[in-house]
Amino acid sequence: METVPSGPAPNVAVDVRGVCTRFGSAVVHDGVDLRVNVGEVFALVGGSGSGKSTLLREIILLQQPAGGSIRVFGQEVVGLTDEQALPLRRRWGVMFERGALFSALTVAENVGMVLAEHTDLPAHLIREVSAVKIALTGLPADAGAKYPSELSGGMRKRASLARALALDPELLFLDEPTAGLDPLSASGIDELVRNLRDGLGLTIMMVTHDLDLLWRSADRVAVLGAGRIVGVGTMSELSRSDDAVVRQYFHGPRGRAALEQAWKTK
Amino acid sequence: MPSRPSKITPMSIDFGAELTARSSSGPLATELRCHGNWSVHTIAALERVLLQMRWPEGGDTVIDGSGITVLDTAGAWLLHRTMAQRAARGGTVSVQGLRAEFAALLQLLAARGLALEAPVTRGPPWLERVGQEAWSTISGLWEYLAFVGESTLAMVAALRHPRRLRWRPILHNVQAAGVDALPITGLLSFLMGLVIAYQGADQLQRFGANIFVVDLVALAMLRELSPLLTAIIIAGRSGSAYTAQIGTMKVTEEIDALRTIGIGAQDLLVIPKVIALVIVMPLLTVYTDVTGVLGGMVMAKLKLGVGFAAFFDRLVDAIHPSSYWTGLMKAPVFALIVALVGCHRGFQVGGSADSVGAQTTTSVVQSIFLVIVTDALFSIVFLWLDL
Repeated sequence: METVPSGPAPNVAVDVRGVCTRFGSAVVHDGVDLRVNVGEVFALVGGSGSGKSTLLREIILLQQPAGGSIRVFGQEVVGLTDEQALPLRRRWGVMFERGALFSALTVAENVGMVLAEHTDLPAHLIREVSAVKIALTGLPADAGAKYPSELSGGMRKRASLARALALDPELLFLDEPTAGLDPLSASGIDELVRNLRDGLGLTIMMVTHDLDLLWRSADRVAVLGAGRIVGVGTMSELSRSDDAVVRQYFHGPRGRAALEQAWKTK
Repeated sequence: MPSRPSKITPMSIDFGAELTARSSSGPLATELRCHGNWSVHTIAALERVLLQMRWPEGGDTVIDGSGITVLDTAGAWLLHRTMAQRAARGGTVSVQGLRAEFAALLQLLAARGLALEAPVTRGPPWLERVGQEAWSTISGLWEYLAFVGESTLAMVAALRHPRRLRWRPILHNVQAAGVDALPITGLLSFLMGLVIAYQGADQLQRFGANIFVVDLVALAMLRELSPLLTAIIIAGRSGSAYTAQIGTMKVTEEIDALRTIGIGAQDLLVIPKVIALVIVMPLLTVYTDVTGVLGGMVMAKLKLGVGFAAFFDRLVDAIHPSSYWTGLMKAPVFALIVALVGCHRGFQVGGSADSVGAQTTTSVVQSIFLVIVTDALFSIVFLWLDL
C-alpha cells in the first residue's frame, strides 16, 4: 500500500481519503483512500456491487458520501453546491456507461450544446470545433449529423466521449468505456484512451471490468473489495499480489488469458 | 529596395492571447507571431483578427508559435485551419518555435484530414417538407387502420381462447384506470350537475317551471355529459399513460425484447388495456350519471326549493330508460377509441425522449377529438332511430 502524505500535492488530480458510503444498512465504502496523479491513466476495478461506479459518482458530485474527503485539483468537493461546483465541472468531462447522449439532438449538436453553453463562440466555430472533437474520437465525419438512435453501441460511446471532450477538460472520467462492445471496437477504445492521454495531455480515471483494457491502457490500477482499496499498482505489480481478492480478480480464467496475452505482446 | 520588417497589426485580446503580423515586403502579412492563450475562450476573438489581416497571394508564410502558453484543441484547430487555408491559396506555411506538446497536438489534427468547412445540415426545401408532412399524415392514417386491424385480430384470437387472456394486467388496468379514477370523475360530474342546475334555475324560475330542472339535469347528464366527461378524463388520465408507457418501453427496446421472447406486444400491452377500459368505462359512466344527478339534486333544493322526494318522483316520470341506455352505449366505444389511440401512439414513438412527449400530446388530442366526433355521430344516429 502507498502511504498518503498530508496536504495537497500539486500533481494530484483526485485525492480520495477515508470515504464511507452506506445505502441504508448496507456499507458500500468503509474508508476508501486513493490518489490519481496528473497525467496518468488510472483504473478502478472490482467485482459487481463493489461500489466502483458509486465512488465515481461521488467524485463527480452526483452523489454524496456519508463521510470522508474527496479533493479534485486540490479542492474539496464533498458538500459543494451546484453553483460552487461549476468551475470544477468545466475542468472535467464524463463519459457515461450507456452514453447518455441527448436523444433529441444530433451528435454534433450534443457536442455543440456544451460549447454554446460555456463559451461565446459564433455558430460556425461551434460547428467546426464540434467536428474536430468528433474526428478526434475516431468517428467518421458524417456521424455528426446522425441522431444517437442511428448509431451503433461503439459509435455512441465515441460520440459520448466527444461530448465529454467538448471543453478540453484536464480530467476525463470514463465509466465502463468498453462495456457492451465487441472486441474490435473495444480495442479501438484502448487505443483511443492512450492517444487522448498522449495527444491532449489528459488525466484519465476509468472504472472498468475489461482486463485487456487494463493491460493495454492503465498506468495504475486500484482494486476495490470489501469496501476498501485492497491493492494499488501497475498491472504487473498487482498480478504478483498476495491479496485474496486481487488474486481472484487477476488469476481467474479470464484474468489468466489476458495476462498471457499481455506477456506475449510485450 | 531593401525589405525591412514592419509591424502592422498588433492586437491584444481578452484572456491574454495576442496576434502580431509582421511583413518583410509591404503591408501584407508574411509572418504571424502568436502569443498567450489559444483556447476555446479566445479563438472567437482571434478569428476576427485573422479575418481582418490581408495576405499576399501565394508566397511564404511563417507562423511563430513560441509565445503560445496555452493551446487546446480549439486553438489548434484555428491554427491548423489558417495554415491549411494559406496552403490552399498556393502559399507555403511553416511553423516555428511551438512547444513540443503543442506541435504534437497540431500534428494530431493534421493527421485527421478534417474538412475545413464544417458541414451545415440544412433541412429539405419547403415544398418537400409540405409533401413529407402530407404524406406522413396520410400514412399515419393508414398505420392507424393497420393497427386497429391487428388489434382486432389479436382480440379475436384472445377471445377464442379466454384462458390465455392475461388477467393480471387486465385487473391491474381496471384498478388504475377505474378504481383510482373514482374520486376525480365523481367530483367533476357532481360539479357539472351542480352547474347545469344552477345555470338553468334562473330561466326555469321565470316560467315557474322549477320542477323541470330534473329533466334538464338528468337528460343532459345521462345522454351526453357523463359519458363524454368520463371519456375525456380517461383520455387525459389513462390514454396518456398508455402512450408514455409503451413509448418508453420502445425507447429502451423492451418491446423488441418481448418480441424475441415470443410474447406479442399486442397480447401483453394492448389487449389487456382495451379489455380493462371496455369494462371500466361503462361502470364509470353509470357512476358519473349518479354523481351528476346528485349534484343537480343538491342545487335544485338550494336554488329552486325542489325537495329530494319531489326530484325522485319527477325523475322516474321524466327519464325514459332509452336516455340511460343511449348514454351508456357510447361508453364502450369511447373506451375503444381511448385505449387504441393511446397504445397506437405509444408504438409510434421513435428513439428519443422528445418523441415520447410529442406522441403523448398527440395521443390525448386525437382521442379527445375522436371521442367528440363519435359523440356527434351517435347523436345523428339516435335522432334517426328516434331514441
